[in-house]
Amino acid sequence: MKLLTGNDLPTGDVIWWTGSRWSRHVADAVDVRDTGETTAATEEAARRVNGPYVIDATEGPDGPRPAHIKDRVRALGPTVRPDLTLKPDDATAIAQVI
Amino acid sequence: MYKYDQYDQAIVDARVGEFRDQVKRRLAGEITEDQFKPLRLMNGLYLQLHAYMLRVAIPYGTLDSRQMRMLGHIARTYDRGYGHFTTRQNIQYNWIKLDETPDILAELATVEMHAIQTSGNCIRNISSDQFAGAAADEVADPRPWAELIRQWSTFHPEFSYLPRKFKFAVIASDEDRAAMRLHDIGIQLVNRDGILGAKVFVGGGMGRTPMIGPEIKDFVTADDLMSYLEACLRVYNRYGRRDNMYKARIKILIHELGADEYRRQVEEEFAQVKLLGIDPPAAELARITAMFADPGFDPAASDDIDRSDPEFAIWVDQNVKAHKQTGYAIVNISLKPVGGIPGDASADQIDVMADLAQRHSLDELRVTHAQNIVLPHVRKADLYTVWSALTDAGLASANLDLISDIIACPGLDYCSLANARSIPVAQKIATRFASPERQRDLGELKLKISGCINACGHHHAGHIGILGVDKKGVENYQLLLGGSGAEDVSLGKITGPGFSEDGIVDAIERVTDKYVAVREEGERFLDTYRRVGMESFKEAIYG
Repeated sequence: MKLLTGNDLPTGDVIWWTGSRWSRHVADAVDVRDTGETTAATEEAARRVNGPYVIDATEGPDGPRPAHIKDRVRALGPTVRPDLTLKPDDATAIAQVI
Repeated sequence: MYKYDQYDQAIVDARVGEFRDQVKRRLAGEITEDQFKPLRLMNGLYLQLHAYMLRVAIPYGTLDSRQMRMLGHIARTYDRGYGHFTTRQNIQYNWIKLDETPDILAELATVEMHAIQTSGNCIRNISSDQFAGAAADEVADPRPWAELIRQWSTFHPEFSYLPRKFKFAVIASDEDRAAMRLHDIGIQLVNRDGILGAKVFVGGGMGRTPMIGPEIKDFVTADDLMSYLEACLRVYNRYGRRDNMYKARIKILIHELGADEYRRQVEEEFAQVKLLGIDPPAAELARITAMFADPGFDPAASDDIDRSDPEFAIWVDQNVKAHKQTGYAIVNISLKPVGGIPGDASADQIDVMADLAQRHSLDELRVTHAQNIVLPHVRKADLYTVWSALTDAGLASANLDLISDIIACPGLDYCSLANARSIPVAQKIATRFASPERQRDLGELKLKISGCINACGHHHAGHIGILGVDKKGVENYQLLLGGSGAEDVSLGKITGPGFSEDGIVDAIERVTDKYVAVREEGERFLDTYRRVGMESFKEAIYG
């Protein structure tokens, strides 16, 4: 599957395209198939995202899993600061990234 | 310390106002990201893996308690309560919001700080010896010259769009604590027959093509130094490879031209530049130099240290260095607790260090390229008080220059350029070698980790270096041995096939075990490696 991701313009937060809006959580992301580039251009022009790009991912039991570790780290947060990730209370979250 | 004059302050204030307008226009959609990106980078604002990252300049690593408190304030108010001190003697904040950045820069400007020259193809923040002004072995304080280069380079129209970024280091002693020869230009102030001048090394650097800067000028008088540097830059600006960013650094130009030809061209250019009269008037140099005069040392300060507390005595032996002034010492604060993140400090820890500087270090601090902090002027009689406060703040690790005093770049946990994580590897190695007795037995051992070929973690210059790479989507770590960024400068060599995250920790232990087995009396790891050679260590590593 393909995911569309980027950063929120004013805050820089990592965001994921849900099909109708942007979410901070990769679990909300949808397969953009071959529409990613078009959506990226539209959303960037509207200043709702900064630096959007399409990535490969697989569908897993907990939702989409980015194919590359860099995007999995983006999706969670720094593995060395569990308290600053999006899942600070999930002891298994970092292991799932790696 | 240098204090801004009206021109410095006006320049920085105007830059804040200019950037505030640029941010406003970006958020309003009046300029695109392609137009905005070079503008934000000129103000130290990157877009990294999780958020915007702001890199704040700390010129030659020197700051006072007021500035240090501001760094803590920014960490607490605009970031997530911490900052990361870098190998360029700067600080980075990892969780910055674009719309708040102008306010941050405005706050920095109130304490004579900014984020200019921390990105882009310009002359970057000047680095120097963290012991400058305190070391017994320096021929002069290098900071007035670093400051002069800062003023010369800031917004210099010829040097704002160089072929590539450009890094200076200035030192003034034979002991190189600033990795001087691994900079685009390294300057060593020297005294020859009573005349102050400099040796100039050009074309050093790390990154994907590491090189040790060759000596281009064995002695240029201080009176001619700025003209000579201008000539060095002009030749580079004219012939540097703008067509290929991987070949655009000055080291590549000098490698291709040859040091002799580059030197010849610089001399030719220098003859022209010298006529322009750009060297500073004596009065201006004197004005700057006066700001770096010795602070008010107490000539009656006691030279005694009460070493009755054994933990304190260990810390003194490891982290406290000799000062030029009787009764004073240089305190190195390690930001490398076992299991911690190298270079990170919380806002509260930053405040503690600011308070200690104000009360016990004549209001001065330094940031080191090894990602530690220095209190340069501490009375020996105050050392126990300082150590106690550092202990309470979790800042008293007695591991300076030991195996757990690891340089590590932010790596894939934060950096969009990285291929592998650096910090977890540093944490695992430090934990493996957590025993203080074992670390001290291993002695000086500089371990440096980079998460990609750009080498922000100085892996080429590590006695032991680690380079993280992406091997078919999996983190893999190459091992290097034999590097040094000191006066015995050398580049590390790759041992062979790389390792997994856990495998690299085991490999390093095999390296240190080998060292312990074959070392001779008084030999550091690096000395033993140089004596016995790579093959012996490879056999231990790979069997």
